[in-house]
Amino acid sequence: MSEVNKSTVAVIDYGMGNLHSVAKALEHVADENTQVVVTSDPAVIDAADRVLLPGVGAIRDCIGEMHNTGLVPSIRKAMAEKPFLAICVGIQSLMSHSEENGGVDCLNHFQGNALFFGENHTDHDGSKLKVPHMGWNQVKQTIQHPLWQGIPDQARFYFVHSFYVIPDEQTEVAGTCDYGLEFCVALARNNVFAVQFHPEKSHKDGLQLYKNFIHWDGKP
Amino acid sequence: MGLAKRIIPCLDVDNGRVVKGVQFVDIRDAGDPVEVAKRYDEQGADEITFLDITASSDDRATTVHMVEAIASQVFIPLTVGGGIRTCDDIRRMLNAGADKVGINTAAVFNPEFVREAAQRFGSQCIVVAIDAKKVSAEGETDKWEIFTHGGRKPTGLDAVEWAKKMVDYGAGEILLTSMDRDGTKNGFDLGVTRAISEAVHVPVIASGGVGNLDHLVDGVTHGKADAVLAASIFHFGEYSVQEAKQRMADAGIEMRL
Repeated sequence: MSEVNKSTVAVIDYGMGNLHSVAKALEHVADENTQVVVTSDPAVIDAADRVLLPGVGAIRDCIGEMHNTGLVPSIRKAMAEKPFLAICVGIQSLMSHSEENGGVDCLNHFQGNALFFGENHTDHDGSKLKVPHMGWNQVKQTIQHPLWQGIPDQARFYFVHSFYVIPDEQTEVAGTCDYGLEFCVALARNNVFAVQFHPEKSHKDGLQLYKNFIHWDGKP
Repeated sequence: MGLAKRIIPCLDVDNGRVVKGVQFVDIRDAGDPVEVAKRYDEQGADEITFLDITASSDDRATTVHMVEAIASQVFIPLTVGGGIRTCDDIRRMLNAGADKVGINTAAVFNPEFVREAAQRFGSQCIVVAIDAKKVSAEGETDKWEIFTHGGRKPTGLDAVEWAKKMVDYGAGEILLTSMDRDGTKNGFDLGVTRAISEAVHVPVIASGGVGNLDHLVDGVTHGKADAVLAASIFHFGEYSVQEAKQRMADAGIEMRL
């Protein structure tokens, strides 16, 4: 339950792993007027001021658990009306489709697909690149956005993923990264922002992004 | 521009204290794990590895509390290894705030455990730790074998083949320690590092033997490692993580500075 005058950030718990780091990082940057709640209760999500959708693991399990826990309507409702941030597999879950696990239909909030880098992924010079893309890479901010505030362009964030998103609509791309190819790592539309990297593992720039989210009014 | 190579300070923790032994004996105290982790975080460490080397299982609760304390204050990836034998062990560490777990001996005795863990939790959090020793004689083709029990027990498993098998089973990363070099300060075993890094498509962390900053550079440039792990050069204040990263950047390696 929300205390009077407190703003609530709901971290959606749909049974997919480690929410501890996400919640701890949000709490670390939250002021006394903000409370962070990890929840699987649709009523709490519906009542929250802001919603964060985390995600780890395989996409089929992620989407499956979102449906099994009955949280999809609350997720869609939150995306329609309040500041909403999706991270890592969360961004992939918002696409139309992912080619992981033999092909999985996702939530189709952003039109486009999640594709595999491939086990024979190579750099621009033909040298072999490791998959998963794991570690700290530079993020080019392709638009100005309140969630990028105070974060230098080309700042490094921590990534660990083997699939990447290609949105149909280029104007929704908010950031890109280079790993053998330039690919989308942040998407923005109205009150929804989604990133492929892990802000909670990305030291001060990641914490700044969470701080921006806590203060974001949902306007682009 | 691109993905940076990583420096990973390693905390070998025994009974709640950071220690570092020379070839796993002669243990020296290097402080409180939470304080040490915070120091490395401030110095710009790219990740932290927490290795529980406590012999008895009685102190697992202590480890969980320490992992919780570190994860609440340090916002970079945290790997926890040592004594990970079941999916419940993994779940406990992930719930405490670990991002990845290192599986070592349990993988050797039950490779299916790696497959099960990767399916359950995702490859991204399964690091298979390999302790290798060179077993070929001078003049023979290089050959390295997997050892368990702190390098005392041979297994007959070829290190390169084993690494490939572990990746097929779902390992998302390989932490490779040379038991010949660990604690010696003579540098990584670059031969086995390169052989494994070139044989698998997942990242390889080189470990064992770092005595100076050039060894870290060599691990990446000659060993083809994606990340380098070191303990004692940082614990006893010889070098800071920041100095190490600068040195690697000066050598032309992509680093997060």
